[in-house]
Amino acid sequence: MSLLELRDVEARYGPVKALQGVSLDVGEKDFVAVLGANGAGKTTTLRAVSGTVRRSGEVRFAGKKVRTPEGAARAGIAHVPEGRGTFAELSVWENLRLGAYTRRANLNEDAARVFGFFPRLQERRDQQAGTLSGGEQQMLALGRALMARPRLLLLDEPSLGLAPLVVKEIFETLVKLNEDEGTAVLVVEQNANIALASASRAYVLEVGRVVVEGASDELRANESVRRSYLGY
Amino acid sequence: MIAAFTWTEFAEQIVSGLADGSVYASLALALVLIYRSTRAINFAQGEMATFSTFIAWSLMNHGFSFWAAFPVVLAISFAGGVLVERVIIRPVEKAPVLTIVIVTLGLALLLNGLMYVIWSGGDRSFNGGFSSRTIKVAGAHISIQYIGIIGVLAALLLVLGLFFRFTKLGLALRASALNPESSRLVGIRVGWMLAFGWGLAAMVGAVGGMMVAPLQFLGPNMMQAILLYAFAAAVLGGLDSPVGAVVGGLLLGLTIDLLGRYVGYIGSTLKLPAALLLILVLLLFRPGGLFGRVAERRV
Repeated sequence: MSLLELRDVEARYGPVKALQGVSLDVGEKDFVAVLGANGAGKTTTLRAVSGTVRRSGEVRFAGKKVRTPEGAARAGIAHVPEGRGTFAELSVWENLRLGAYTRRANLNEDAARVFGFFPRLQERRDQQAGTLSGGEQQMLALGRALMARPRLLLLDEPSLGLAPLVVKEIFETLVKLNEDEGTAVLVVEQNANIALASASRAYVLEVGRVVVEGASDELRANESVRRSYLGY
Repeated sequence: MIAAFTWTEFAEQIVSGLADGSVYASLALALVLIYRSTRAINFAQGEMATFSTFIAWSLMNHGFSFWAAFPVVLAISFAGGVLVERVIIRPVEKAPVLTIVIVTLGLALLLNGLMYVIWSGGDRSFNGGFSSRTIKVAGAHISIQYIGIIGVLAALLLVLGLFFRFTKLGLALRASALNPESSRLVGIRVGWMLAFGWGLAAMVGAVGGMMVAPLQFLGPNMMQAILLYAFAAAVLGGLDSPVGAVVGGLLLGLTIDLLGRYVGYIGSTLKLPAALLLILVLLLFRPGGLFGRVAERRV
């Protein structure tokens, strides 16, 4: 049984159908990427998992139905949404405290682990999150998610608007997290190159449907995927 | 035309202005607490505070001392605020702001009517927790009651400030007001945070009601004028800012008092419009109020 199961999930924004029956699995300790063009339904897929969009079909996490965003968080899903979902008016430290909201653990221990991944956050601890640079904000979003010690991380375009070096750093952290601590990752990306280099499996979405799925290596070898998404 | 000036009298005016301002500040703070999360002005805030004060009056009629009734009233007010949000506001939570405002207006009328039914209206005297004597400080006659009111507000602010800054629940309340969607994603039950905010607001308003009642008479309409001052104070401070509400309240209290006393042709009849005119002018230059600021953002 996989950790996360989506079966025939449909979602709509008003009259517009964004997902038309998506089925997808993320296993325990899996690293899965979702690729696709703008408007293919990548963001909506993540939102369907955490329940931040109205959807039908089945979304199960660790065998249990996921209904609300707060329920998803409490079950062990940390969703870093489009636009990062950090609290711009609060300090870096307050953002991290909020990340651990569902847990009764030692805050300092968890924070030390996050600062280990992103030393820059420690330097900016008391700064307002909205004043951080884009890369630092992405680190904060990821750090806040890690404070929850999630079983599954959902990431929406972590590379968006960031310098290539920062993107590399963030994906290296994700791989390390996945390999060393067994955190499952489901990442949505425009940047197919780096996503396929990090993930073990991937799905390609087109207008709300899964059109290709398979191991990252197979997808990289797939002629049409290569031409449409990898650009060579 | 300036009236005769002495420093002792000036000190007395400052204290009474701050005491009035403390009452406006507490109600303004209650308005802001709700505005931040609901984005609507709670027109029932005054009536809620008066209702709480009537409960205090009833308890004191049944042998409670003021200070024994005080925490009981705070607890009842909190529960009442939570109940109001769950039962009356919840169903219209997603409706346009105007709908919510109309619902709070209806709630104000309802509570006002209930007070006439339960306590049969009529103004009655209310003995507060402080002596009405004055003490002499460096020649000035300072009312103990005024000092008490200022002290209670200061204590209230300190407790609230610590709560919002250092507790997990306080942080969750702030987060829910700033960004409900992200709050849900970290596992905060935002619906309950809204209810909690209403409870807090009812409690803060109740403190204002119990402080002002001894200065006037207790009746169902006691807070109506004060609610207007509280609106003005909240707008002056910036509707989004609790600190602004308090500063706005204190400034308004001081301005009204000092204008009335020291600017001859304004006197006691024109002091209120004059103070509101000042606010209007200030808002022309700072439309967001004194503390209403927009967070700096980078992408």
